[in-house]
Formats: sequence, structure tokens, C-alpha cells
Amino acid sequence: MKISEIENKYPFSVSFFENNNLDIEGHEDSTLEQYLGHFSEEEIEDWAIDIEKIKTDFTVYIEETLEFLGITDEEKVDSLTIAAGRDKDGNKENFETITINKSEIVSIVGATGSGKSRLLADIEWVANKDTPTERKITINGKIPDSKWRFSSSNKLVAQLSQNMNFVMDLSVREFIGLHAQSRMVKNEEEIIVRIIDAANYLAGEHFNLDTPITSLSGGQSRALMIADTAILSTSPIVLIDEIENAGIDRKKALNLLVSEEKIVLMATHDPSLALMAGKRIVIKNGGISNVIETSKEERGMLVELEKMDKIVNDLRTSLRKGEILENMEWEEVMQNA
Amino acid sequence: MNLITVSGPPSSGKTSIVLKTIRALHQRSLKVGVVKFDCLYTDDDILYKNAGVPVKKGLSGSLCPDHYFVSNIEEVVQWGRKEELDVLITESAGLCNRCSPYIKDIKAVCVIDNLSGINTPKKIGPMLKTADIVVITKGDIVSQAEREVFASKVHSVNPKAITMHINGLTGQGAFELSTLLYDEKEDIETVKGKELRFSMPSALCSYCLGEKRIGDDYQMGNIRKIKLSDSDD
Repeated sequence: MKISEIENKYPFSVSFFENNNLDIEGHEDSTLEQYLGHFSEEEIEDWAIDIEKIKTDFTVYIEETLEFLGITDEEKVDSLTIAAGRDKDGNKENFETITINKSEIVSIVGATGSGKSRLLADIEWVANKDTPTERKITINGKIPDSKWRFSSSNKLVAQLSQNMNFVMDLSVREFIGLHAQSRMVKNEEEIIVRIIDAANYLAGEHFNLDTPITSLSGGQSRALMIADTAILSTSPIVLIDEIENAGIDRKKALNLLVSEEKIVLMATHDPSLALMAGKRIVIKNGGISNVIETSKEERGMLVELEKMDKIVNDLRTSLRKGEILENMEWEEVMQNA
Repeated sequence: MNLITVSGPPSSGKTSIVLKTIRALHQRSLKVGVVKFDCLYTDDDILYKNAGVPVKKGLSGSLCPDHYFVSNIEEVVQWGRKEELDVLITESAGLCNRCSPYIKDIKAVCVIDNLSGINTPKKIGPMLKTADIVVITKGDIVSQAEREVFASKVHSVNPKAITMHINGLTGQGAFELSTLLYDEKEDIETVKGKELRFSMPSALCSYCLGEKRIGDDYQMGNIRKIKLSDSDD
């Protein structure tokens, strides 16, 4: 097959050539074999080209990408089940199994160092009694294909970490575009607009597509990343680490993720976030020591907590505007809130 | 004994990853030793010592670090055998981004970090392209989207490798790496006669031999000139 034909049939092959510094311009009428054959011995040595490796890599790349693009609904993740393992002392964890369905939020609470990271890692690795905790993770009630472990494009888990700095010097549009390309989406423009709309819906201060990502505020970058993960990431499970101090509407953020049919696991110490989840996993000494369903009473508290959050938020807004905070009658404020 | 070669750009997190992975190997009661290769200076050997790991270091000084590696690796293997190690890890600094002191049939791990920039996978040659496992670090510092973009770039230059993310600070992912490193059936007695995966850069111009003066008169041997005239554009 000629290179031009390869490019037509597999448009994504362009990024393979580009990332491997293979300049195919002017060689469209050659076959890959002929193209690779045209390098002189000197060029091969200079540019550290390994012809045989490029050939096999190219085949693997095309095959894997086709597989990635061909993911069918049958492979969608509807539920995630964690089966009990052991804590640091080797005692069995205090539960049998937890099943989390898509569009469900579960929070994870526990002191620093209690083993939250390990739980997140177990899920990411799709542990099958082969990690230090001996937990077993099943997807849709079955032991999943091990492709979830190693595939770089088809990961089970997207992780929204506490830090969301950007290191790329790009505008919002270029940045999302780059991400969309790596996901091979077809309707790039449409996706970009959806993401920025969702991000502006979450963030207090608006930004636009030409804003450089590095100049976004903490809240804006978080909003952008949550919108991006919800809409563009193929990972069905989202792990969120400490979404608090965010400057975004956290409730909206969670709703957005859940509405995209994702399973959301959220490590948090914030009471209103923890209560937003249907259940919470308590971690102690490396093991899950309890699974608590959010009770009616707790849900009632959530209403009060949200009022308090609103008061603090309003105060924050006043500060931003340069206003003087008045001494409030707290009892009255709480009643009116 | 299992032999593993780890390389990657400076400060990409090689030592942290190796230390965290060794911790997981220790839990399986495996004896692990490390030989650290560097250029002018390293105190990583102290970190390994503190972790109870038998360690040796080699500084290449004025020599090309990878030439130094390959001319010492057999002796290093014999040291590992004498120490009765189950796993010997060699860690080297990939300084010119081209070399890969990887040996055919010996497990090769490349460590690169998310902070190094989106085009880095393009810039790194055989060190990244011929590795069996690519470990990407510092993912906690960047956004999920950047992690995904970076991983897909890595994937396109080395589709055959297993690409994984490890957090060098918390160790998240290090256990998983450790399961890929040790193979009970493998027993390396010597690397004599084995081959490098890729040739080293050619050397030997007058500057290799210690010349310090600049100018045509002093340049001998393997010289190439940069193209600067307009007709070259």
C-alpha cells in the first residue's frame, strides 16, 4: 500500500509519522517499505532510526488504534465491585463486597496514610488478589480483561488529582484540541465548545477559548479539567482527590461527571461532599474498616451544610468585590439562609 | 539472577521509582541490589544504602556515560552474582537523550516525566523507543488531560512498550511495576556476547581527545558542520 493510501485508510497514522520524526512529504507514492528503504546508512545512524522496529511498531500502532476506535457498548462499564482483602496487619477487611454502579458517587474517608492511595491503585490496576491488600476488583460482575491494565489509550480510571497545574504553553482551544486528537474524536470543534461551556458553567469567572491555559486561575483550571474528563475522557471511572479548596461549584461538578455515566470515587474530608455521596468507604490501617450508607438524617444535615457553604461563599464574593464584611447576627443569618 | 536496566533523563524520578519498587520486591523476600551509573556526582547510593539495598556506584567522569556503562556491565553482573542477588537493577542517567544502554533480552525500563514537555517523546531516541516498559512520573502535578496526551505521544513512538504511571512520592503504581520485573525462571549468569539494542553515537573527533582550542585548524576526525547558508533552507 502506498503511503498516501495508508493515510487515507488510517488517518491517525499521520501522528505516528509525525511523532517518530518521519517526514513523509514527497514520498506519498512510495510504499512504507520503499520509504524506509530510502534512508542512507548515514541518516539511519544520525537519526537513530531502527527500520525493523519502525515496521513492527507501525503495525502494532495501527492495530491497537483500530481496536481502541472499535470499542463497543458491550465493553462499557456498568458496575465496579470491590471484594474484601486484608488490612496492614493481615486482618480481613470489614465488609464482603461493595458494588458501585455508573452514575453513582462514593466517597472515601480516612486519615492521611491510612491507605486511600492503595485503594485507588487497586482499582486502577484492576487488582485480582495480586496486590498487597489482596483485594479483588470485578467489572460488570466479571473478572475483566487485563487490557485495562496496560493499554495507554483505554484506561479504566481517570484521576483528577489535587494539583492541576498546566505545564503546556497553549490556549484552551489548542489544549482541548490536542487532547481530542489523542482520543481520535471526529467532531473536534463541537467537543471543544461543549467542554468550554461546561467549564464556564462550573467556574465562577468566565474564560474563553483563546485564554492561555497557564493563566487560568485554580478554579478555572479545575473546572476545565473536570469538564474535559467528563466529556472527553474514555475512562469510565473517575477518581477525585480532594476537590475542596476549588473555587468551583462542586455540586455541579459532581453532577456533570455523573451525568456522563461515570462512576465517581472521591477522597474527601469535606462534610458536604462526603454526604453528597450515596455511601462512604472508611479506611483505617490500610484496610476498609466500614462502609456507611448516607442516612436520611445525614442527608438532612447536608441541607444545613449547604446553607453554611453558601454563607461562606457569599462572604468570599464580597471580599473579592472589595466590600467590607459586616458583623452578622449569626442566629438570624442561619435562619434566613 | 534477574537483570534490569533503568534509564531516563536526569531528574525524571528514576531513583524514587526504583526505591519504591524495591520495597515491593522486598515484601516478596527477594534480594535486590543496585548499581548506579552517573557522570560527575551522585549521592543516590546513600538513599539505597539507607533502604538496606546493596549498592555500588560508578562515575564515568570524562567518558561518555553510556560507553562507560557498556564497558563495565559484565563486571557489574558478576558483582551481583557474588552478592547472590535475585534482582540486579542498573540505573543510568540518559544524558544525551539518544543512547539506550539497553541490552537485547534484558528487561529495559525508561522513566520519563510529565513535566518534561509535550514534545519530549519525540526528542528522545532509542532510550524511549526501544524500552520494554515506559514509566511516566509526576502525573500528580499535571492535569488528567495532559497525562492522557503525554501517554498517547509515548504510545505512538513506542507502541509495543507497556506504559504505566507511577507516583514517585506515594509509590502508587510501584507495586504493579514490581510484578512485571521479576521472573523466577530467568537467570542471567553473564552478559558476555549479548548485544546492545542500539548502537552508541559515533565519537572520536579531536575534542574527544582533549582538544580545547576552537577553529578549523584544530578540528580533526569525525566532524560535521551545521548548515547555515540561505541555500540550505
